[in-house]
Amino acid sequence: MHLKLPGHRPSARQFAIGVPFVWLALFLLVPFLLVLKISLSDLQFGIPPYTPIATLQDETLSLALHLRGYVLLFTDSLYAAVYLNSVKIALVTTVCCALIGYPMAYHIARARPEIRNLLLLGVILPFWTSLLLRVYAWVGILRNDGLLNHLLMSLGLIDAPLEIYRTDLAVYIGLVYAYLPFFILPLYANLVKLDHRLLEAAYDLGARPWNAFLRITLPLSMPGVVAGAMLVFIPSVGEYVIPEMLGGANTLMMGRVMWNEFFNNADWPMAAAVTCVMVLLLLVPLSIFQYNQARQLGGRS
Amino acid sequence: MSRQGEADDFVRMEDVVKIFGDTVAVKSVSLSVRRHEIFALLGSSGCGKSTLLRMLAGFEEPTSGRIILDDEDITALPPHRRPVNMMFQSYALFPHMSVEANVAFGLKQEGVPRHEIHERVFEALDLVQMAGYARRRPHQLSGGQQQRVALARSLVKRPKLLLLDEPMSALDKQIRQATQIELVRILGQVGVTCIMVTHDQEEAMTMASRLAVMTEGQIVQCGTPHDVYTFPSTRFVAGFIGSTNLFTGTIVVDEPDHVLIETDALSRPLYVSHGISEPLGMEVHVSIRPEQIRVGRQAPEAESNWGHGMVSHVAWMGSTTRYQIRLDAGQTIEASVPSLDWSQSDAPGVDEEVYVTWSHDAGTVLAS
Repeated sequence: MHLKLPGHRPSARQFAIGVPFVWLALFLLVPFLLVLKISLSDLQFGIPPYTPIATLQDETLSLALHLRGYVLLFTDSLYAAVYLNSVKIALVTTVCCALIGYPMAYHIARARPEIRNLLLLGVILPFWTSLLLRVYAWVGILRNDGLLNHLLMSLGLIDAPLEIYRTDLAVYIGLVYAYLPFFILPLYANLVKLDHRLLEAAYDLGARPWNAFLRITLPLSMPGVVAGAMLVFIPSVGEYVIPEMLGGANTLMMGRVMWNEFFNNADWPMAAAVTCVMVLLLLVPLSIFQYNQARQLGGRS
Repeated sequence: MSRQGEADDFVRMEDVVKIFGDTVAVKSVSLSVRRHEIFALLGSSGCGKSTLLRMLAGFEEPTSGRIILDDEDITALPPHRRPVNMMFQSYALFPHMSVEANVAFGLKQEGVPRHEIHERVFEALDLVQMAGYARRRPHQLSGGQQQRVALARSLVKRPKLLLLDEPMSALDKQIRQATQIELVRILGQVGVTCIMVTHDQEEAMTMASRLAVMTEGQIVQCGTPHDVYTFPSTRFVAGFIGSTNLFTGTIVVDEPDHVLIETDALSRPLYVSHGISEPLGMEVHVSIRPEQIRVGRQAPEAESNWGHGMVSHVAWMGSTTRYQIRLDAGQTIEASVPSLDWSQSDAPGVDEEVYVTWSHDAGTVLAS
């Protein structure tokens, strides 16, 4: 930390970094603490629909921490299944994004500069309409009497419509579609900086093109892959809209469980407990992992 | 191919042309490099020397022509199949690998057994005195150390031909000269044939046994540094290899052992003690190196090869002193005089009138 001397005015850099940090701390930490508080209270009728955790009565401060939500989380196997399923869906989505996104990012980075910007624009273009609309369009495509089935049947490839809508497959299609740009963009930013002479050096030393890719391009692009994977994986785990609109009744994901607890059961403490456990179980280890990764790479370059 | 002596033909480029779109990078270059020789391609940026080197490495394919290495046509071979290794300009060390892994990379691609890789890697690192740094990453090394690792990496596969792309350009000026001599020592020890590219004529002259001067995609002169410096073939070469004074004049006497040339720049004719093939009356140029010009206060008695002028600038360079002298006819010439010739108080100063002279064998006649 910088020691502030008397009369020392914050520099432009401290200001530029400091303001967003305060903003993030306020609007990330404070809501999280509120959620944590709710998760430790008990259900009650009224507004708000939960009990305060601390009360001051007769000069006595009593602290009542209710662990009902957490106990339920660890005793009811439904929740464990939801967590596992969410992680599985997010993992598969991330792997699919990597398999589709890596070649795309690679070829965009290798394209001639004038074409490159056009291709990048193509990746960013979907953001110009709302996610909700785009997912709704997928409903129209994947439905039993939707665009895809009509096309396949008119081509004579299938006799009966494929049942994709309201299955896990539809969720995967939606998730990969929605999150692919988040994988491509950071990876592209990494690949476009790759020093082409390193590849030439590898060829010169006897590496075939594929070997040079595996030994040089791939390892050097790992920071981009990790950044992209994080941007896909983290929001996918808690995704609500896509599984809700495309998934079936048995597509269990954390976002939907939270929604159900919150709006259908009006069980705020339970919903808050689900959220807190998700954050602690998934996001904390992930951020430690990413911090380490960043430090390693920082020391390297 | 019948050529005199096979030693001449270890590397041969035959009418090599390279065209990018509508720019001609290399127009018809033919070149022979001998076994175990260090050959320098010298020229300013954009002269095509780098393109030539990249064609030797296999990164570019010639538009036409052939490249032959040790009696094998390698023109169409991809870089990974050529027995040629290159030390890149900024070394291109793999940043995510240790020094050891960098050097081992080429051997691994070749499928050399593990224990042999280790042995050969350390042999190469010993050669460049970097064995103690095997576990370091490239970014932990100084520029000079990175260069040594890059050299070890390009030598470890025992290539038939080693290419050096501007080997000293990433080094500080102070350590360049020592590094050049060290590099030549190592290359001699290994006995590898080497083609280097440089824009620095001192570097080429320090390191190379022969050099070729390139401009506009063509080789204008090829020979030992001494020959090219002493007998430049064109004004471009004379000016590029070292600095020179050029006089333009016409041939008035043409004998087998000498010529006389009249020039507007001097009141006396120029006497050059070598015969030439150009006809009488033709306009030619005479190159005289600054170190061949003597500066004095007394009028010479000779019939030729002297001039009179005024000192316009004096630069003391340490071992030599550089005089710029404005001749009576207006042309400014440069003379490089050993500093020991004059004591400090005695030396001619700015605005002093002086005579400049040179010997009969100092000048070289250039037709173009």
